Amino acid sequence: MPERVAVLGAGMHPWGKWGRNFVEYGVAAARAALEDAGLSWHDVQFVSGAETIRNGYPGFVAGATFAQALGWTGARVASAYAACASGATALAAARAQILAGLCDVALVVGADTTPKGFFAPVGGERRDDPDWLRFHLLGATNPTYFALYARRRMELFGATEADFAAVKVKNARHGAVNPYARYRDLVSAEQVLSSPMVADPLRLLEICATSDGGAALVLTSMEFAHRQGLQNPVTVAAVSTVTPRFPQTVIEMPNFATDSAVAVSGETGPTFRQSITQAAYAEAGIGPEDVDVAEVYDLSTALELDWYEDIGLCKEGEAEKLLRDGNTAVGGRIPVNPSGGLSSFGEAIPAQAIAQVCELTWQLRGQATGRQVEGARIGVSANQGLFGHGSSVLLAR
Amino acid sequence: MTAAKVRVPAQPGWFTLDPEAPALLGSRCDTCGTVAFPKENAFCRNPDCPGTTFEEVELSRQGRIWSFTDARYKPPDPYVATDPYEPFCIAAVELAAEQMVVLGQVVPGISAGELAIGTEMELVLDTLYEDDDHQYLVWKWAPVAASARTQAAGA
Repeated sequence: MPERVAVLGAGMHPWGKWGRNFVEYGVAAARAALEDAGLSWHDVQFVSGAETIRNGYPGFVAGATFAQALGWTGARVASAYAACASGATALAAARAQILAGLCDVALVVGADTTPKGFFAPVGGERRDDPDWLRFHLLGATNPTYFALYARRRMELFGATEADFAAVKVKNARHGAVNPYARYRDLVSAEQVLSSPMVADPLRLLEICATSDGGAALVLTSMEFAHRQGLQNPVTVAAVSTVTPRFPQTVIEMPNFATDSAVAVSGETGPTFRQSITQAAYAEAGIGPEDVDVAEVYDLSTALELDWYEDIGLCKEGEAEKLLRDGNTAVGGRIPVNPSGGLSSFGEAIPAQAIAQVCELTWQLRGQATGRQVEGARIGVSANQGLFGHGSSVLLAR
Repeated sequence: MTAAKVRVPAQPGWFTLDPEAPALLGSRCDTCGTVAFPKENAFCRNPDCPGTTFEEVELSRQGRIWSFTDARYKPPDPYVATDPYEPFCIAAVELAAEQMVVLGQVVPGISAGELAIGTEMELVLDTLYEDDDHQYLVWKWAPVAASARTQAAGA
């Protein structure tokens, strides 16, 4: 079992559609995280940036971009790209530096500025890029894939449109008290079900928006945290950045087809989404039954239900019951997305996996005012990036 | 008129242009038999297979719906949308012989309410978009029943 690292600071810039340069959000989040940690920028030895591919060269070299914006100090730097999982990959790099003894204090930052409307591929005619081709040949947007899963869930497990709407109602209630959330209004099931259909069976209020935002974390060695006088900090118990296993039999964005299973005999193992948190649990020696609070990547309402099962909160086919019984709302047995989730934030891609860890940190410290999961000691995040990027961070206190 | 336009594939090499029985073109690994779409030509995806040579194969033209949805709002570029925009369905179709699921648009005129998981679908060619001289073709899925109707009507 690996040593732990401490989460000394967490900081965010509020999500919204602010229209400013992504660097501003990242710097604001970084300064907030440093202040939260009681440290100065000069204390940071390693900067780990989560990349954004929609903001030109500065986005590709996010680590250096944020370091320059904060003022060059000679800190070492890395940038990571793993689509929606970029934040977890950046966190994994920072953690590895600390665990290897190469540094004591690392800053992880992700921020994005997004265009209006559907995410579109990077420009130009690129006929060897499946992401470009799926838009060109199929008109398949991200909600297309979310909707395929949602329809499948209705067919296999009897999920209803009312169940999907209930996820939004719950997350809106959580997000309403989160000062960093973009959408702060309560939403009724009637409002969800009367919002326009985007990709049958998913409606506008059930699909996450694209947002501007930034999030940052200060990670340190346990020794450093103890020297700072923190005897019981929130710690990173495990990080999972797994890829799928062949054959991947669930159609995944941006692919045209699944892998073929003809050459493989016998049982196929867990699905990719199941394997993401399984790897984190195994690394930490912690099981899903130990988890007090979860932040999952609710790109759609229906996908949140898939995650309940994939991260082990219930058996396959039982997510609707878990939701209907109120177990995944704050105050329930295992609250999911107390932050309000993507539903209340919208997606600021490189910041999102970091934002999940910020929320879990505040939950484990008892600082999540208005949405606090009482007595939370173990939290798990789950997320998945395009092109086979798993992302899960397990926090424990 | 579209009849005078040259029919060309919107993505060369991905499907045959057989007007009667078009098929997607995939690859089959000479070493382990793994099928892939689009084609692999350099390395096999099977982690237990060192294969580097592949045969081009036509994939099954029929399968059953694994899941489906529609696109009520116009997709962004590089999708070339009709003007005015007409929503269309997208189906993920499971091919039994290949043990894989392949996406495709559903032929125009079919709404999501007419589809169901398990519906038998057949591959057809249809126009993706046109310019002054060309009709750019793509594969689409058609419910087997509807496809039979279309052929009977001589369309």
